[in-house]
Amino acid sequence: MYAQMVKTGVDHIQSKEEMSPEERAFQDRVDADIKIEPKEWMPEAYRKTLIRQISQHAHSEIIGMQPEGNWITRAPTLERKAILLAKVQDEAGHGLYLYCAAETLGVSRDELLEQLNSGKAKYSSIFNYPTLTWADIGAIGWLVDGAAIMNQVPLQRCSYGPYSRAMVRICKEESFHQRQGYDIMMKLAKGTPEQKAMAQDALNRWWWPSLMMFGPSDAESVHSAQSMRWKIKINSNDELRQKFVDQTVPQAEYLGLTVPDPDLKWNAERGHYDFGAVNWDEFYQVVAGNGPCNRQRLRTRVKAYEEGRWVREAADAYAAKKAARAQVKAA
Amino acid sequence: MTGQDALFEYLLRLSDNALILGHRLSEWCGHSPALEEDLALSNVALDLIGQTQLWLSLAGEVEGKGRDADKLAYLRDARDFRNVLLVEQPNGDFALTMARQFFFDAWHYLLLRELKGSKDARIAEIAAKGLKEVTYHLERSRDWVLRLGDGTEESHRRMQTAIDDLWMYTGELFESDEVDQAMAREGIGADLAALHEPWLGLVRATAEEATLTLPQPGWAQRGGKRGIHSEHLGYILADLQFLQRAYPNATW
Amino acid sequence: MTDKKEWPLWEVFIRSQHGLAHRHVGSLHAPDAEMAIMNARDVYTRRNEGVSIWVVKASEIAASSPSEKGPLFDPANSKVYRHPTFYEIPEELGHM
Repeated sequence: MYAQMVKTGVDHIQSKEEMSPEERAFQDRVDADIKIEPKEWMPEAYRKTLIRQISQHAHSEIIGMQPEGNWITRAPTLERKAILLAKVQDEAGHGLYLYCAAETLGVSRDELLEQLNSGKAKYSSIFNYPTLTWADIGAIGWLVDGAAIMNQVPLQRCSYGPYSRAMVRICKEESFHQRQGYDIMMKLAKGTPEQKAMAQDALNRWWWPSLMMFGPSDAESVHSAQSMRWKIKINSNDELRQKFVDQTVPQAEYLGLTVPDPDLKWNAERGHYDFGAVNWDEFYQVVAGNGPCNRQRLRTRVKAYEEGRWVREAADAYAAKKAARAQVKAA
Repeated sequence: MTGQDALFEYLLRLSDNALILGHRLSEWCGHSPALEEDLALSNVALDLIGQTQLWLSLAGEVEGKGRDADKLAYLRDARDFRNVLLVEQPNGDFALTMARQFFFDAWHYLLLRELKGSKDARIAEIAAKGLKEVTYHLERSRDWVLRLGDGTEESHRRMQTAIDDLWMYTGELFESDEVDQAMAREGIGADLAALHEPWLGLVRATAEEATLTLPQPGWAQRGGKRGIHSEHLGYILADLQFLQRAYPNATW
Repeated sequence: MTDKKEWPLWEVFIRSQHGLAHRHVGSLHAPDAEMAIMNARDVYTRRNEGVSIWVVKASEIAASSPSEKGPLFDPANSKVYRHPTFYEIPEELGHM
């Protein structure tokens, strides 16, 4: 997911009896689906976990601009070019909304960007994979955005007001992202043999990393349990992964493409697809910084930030000068 | 050259300016100084790509050889591109991008304002739509020229350098050849020379407010409108046209 | 290395075409009001959402305190007579 394995800082789930009166009142409100708003009392662990989760989500949006941004200048038609640019632009917007949501918790955007730039903060593992062909743009929209939407739709109901409102806006805007990806895949799948091969190759490379996006099984994780109690996580990782597989396999079949998993088969008894084991070693390596593009992605981000510094400072200096001039005039 | 040929040529000039500048701006997406600016620059790029689609479709229609907007954008070589040299200049730093944008926007605005009254209704319609967009582009790029010119010492130095570097590409905007003259005569196109004074007025006033110095009028680089470009355009097209060239006759 | 000073945060309010009042849509960063308005246009009206923009520096918004929520808002709960449903109107009169 866009936020993976978010730590909560707790070692067990408190019973209501263990809670302070404030904590209990807080949990009661969450249980009753009353939104928590900035400046209201909240447990410190809730605040910190939210900052971590929302900022990770935001970082994923802006790092995610790179693999797709790669192809803006090479998009094959004017319409595709406009669509892709609009989509990558949306991601900048989503990053922006999410940073603003995090800022309501008492942290500045610059602090969060600093954590990203220094390598301290994490972002989704998926964006450390390269986009090698045009079909990868289709696969990202179809699979990666598809996986993201699966997580984001329920998050619209999360307990923290600003995060939930950001999610509402993001989901509304993102509804075209997955469709445009699938649309690219359809064109390729119905195209020349080379195009079809390109589509299959993209599915081969993006399938497993997409399943990894949901994160390792968190059935036993105290952090996930706590986050779900707080309603800042709505479904378990396995639940969402299963849902994703169930939804995506028929879509792949429709395209005439083969999901690269020999163990994949429909299980009539469960009413779900069974699928093979995810290579979690690879996942942990990518998260630890050893994916194909980790260094490149971060370096590009830092470069943009550093090279933009003088611009931000100049705009500030100009605003200050103008305000001073207005004051002199008024005096 | 027949009237249709001149019109086709004229439309290519309009569309290629929008296409190449839109392409350049799209290179910024994800690399700009602030998230807000990523969004803003992309909006300008999207407007220009949209204008390209309209101009090129019309060009294809006028040419009447079955070439649509994509064929014209993706399957012409550099010598057949008709954009001015200014818009193909590399992005450089943010000051250079904004100076390029301001010089172009100011001209583009004045041009579309004229074309809005074109005798060719199709041109008038596209120009009217574009003019709304470009009015905002100009507001933004002018604002950035002011901010950077009158911001910090560093931003002032960078903006001054940008203006000095780009100045020699501005002359081409106002030069008329037989195509421009034919179009102007028929009331289809604009009298480019007549745009120079208002453009200079706007640019001068902005430079003054931004504490910048405009270079002396000097030698103008020219050639883009006749297909004699800088080396940069070839690389733009290598990117832009890669897929269409590598997979001929595929649809996307 | 954080900037000496980050662009301040602005709250953005947009009035849509439908004649409703300006509504809070989100926030953004900008060095001053002029740029905040332009940024708001670029960030929050990409899908034809608005016809008028207000921006307010976030630091200049005075807000009611959440701890006073009880005293501020609960008293209104008991003023049921302010709501039309409080009154019974004979059905045969139709809509009122």
